[in-house]
Amino acid sequence: MKNREIAVIGGGPAGLTAALYASRMGAEVTLLERHSIAGGQLVKQTHKFFGSQKQYAATRGIDIPQYLLEEIERQGVEILLDANVLGYYTEDGVLGYEKDKKFHVLKPERIIVGTGATENVLPFANNDLPGIYGAGAVQTLMNEYGIVPGNKALMVGAGNIGLIISYQLMQAGVEVKEIIVRGPIIRGYGVHASKVRRMGVPINTCCTVKSAHGNTCLEKVTTINLTENREPIPGTEREVDVDLLCISTGLSPLTELLWQAGCQMEYVAELGGHVPLRDKNMRTSQESIFVAGDASGIEEASMAMVEGMLAGLCAARDFGYDDGMFNELHYDAIMQLNELRSGEDSEKIRKGLKECLVKEVIR
Amino acid sequence: MRITGHPVLQFSRGKKIKFYFEGEEIEGYAGETIAAALHAAGVKDYHYSPKLNRPRGFFCAIGNCSSCLMEVDGQPNVRVCTEQVSEGMKVRRQHNKGVLKP
Repeated sequence: MKNREIAVIGGGPAGLTAALYASRMGAEVTLLERHSIAGGQLVKQTHKFFGSQKQYAATRGIDIPQYLLEEIERQGVEILLDANVLGYYTEDGVLGYEKDKKFHVLKPERIIVGTGATENVLPFANNDLPGIYGAGAVQTLMNEYGIVPGNKALMVGAGNIGLIISYQLMQAGVEVKEIIVRGPIIRGYGVHASKVRRMGVPINTCCTVKSAHGNTCLEKVTTINLTENREPIPGTEREVDVDLLCISTGLSPLTELLWQAGCQMEYVAELGGHVPLRDKNMRTSQESIFVAGDASGIEEASMAMVEGMLAGLCAARDFGYDDGMFNELHYDAIMQLNELRSGEDSEKIRKGLKECLVKEVIR
Repeated sequence: MRITGHPVLQFSRGKKIKFYFEGEEIEGYAGETIAAALHAAGVKDYHYSPKLNRPRGFFCAIGNCSSCLMEVDGQPNVRVCTEQVSEGMKVRRQHNKGVLKP
């Protein structure tokens, strides 16, 4: 069995950054990614990032992984692609993963979990018809594989993901009929909303999907309007002819490994579901396990990268590594997170973090 | 259908690969998932639910949800949204829970 100082699970923005800083400090790191390429959801994000220079503002998401990958490769991180982590066994500290149709084991002393998130489903009649996809899934199909996901689309959800992907659908030649959102307000940034509206896509608030119709695939969607208290208003049903329904109603953290490892979990609605308790350094209630990115609560990729930096630095610090920069980098990461979460838009996140951020995680 | 002109992205597709879907020859590209290649060929229903025989396609496209399980080279329950196409591969719709072969 191979021993390793640090295993990073997930090669998305959080995991890549964690591996970068842990190895920069001097730690021996293995990164496991289940996809055949690293980058996580960045590999399909063709839009330019906001924020400050440190979080790659004005860079397209798709261009970020390459830089991080080159850096961590140069620093000697072992990168295992197509490596699907299947379980973590706390009794002997063994991590099991599948690669090349074989089961492998690895014994790391520290683990950084950067497993990301999964898209939420929406309950309505016939919501399992082919043609009804997570918005991110549609983005994968068109931006990663270059395939037209449908001819006519309806988007549910007007957060940033819903708005950005509506725009990208049009770039791929798909007709976006409309965007509907069940609440009275558009949660996404105004700049994204204006962009799709300028292209002639109406955004209808207080509206949701009542049912989907089709024989083997989606052919039609029935929508219904809602009161501000989200009660359906009978008689307001409308039929929309689409073969593609994109669901963009939020994400849930992927936390199976954290549960299995016995980390203390807390349901925090503001963060998208069950998340592990953690200290300010992203250490969970299991001393050997850190968390970063969407697995710790749903936020933007910018925050995921800074959390990865923090977890990577602190996991490496556990082995006594310090390249003389630890204090400075650690302070910088804490400050970056504070700044990223200081805006009005982050009020929900700040509230959610209060419920799972503990001074010292009880062991 | 595949995207041909895109304002931001350029798709460098791998070499052409032939595989079989329900006995019919389909063309895909190396590095592409089975789900992507089938979708490009206009096939969206991959799995039929064991009890009510309801058609299912993919939902997440990144290996989380198990909505897209198909039979690949005789092996059931393959998540085709993450499994890549390979030359001569035989892909079938799955209509039951499937029995794993040793």
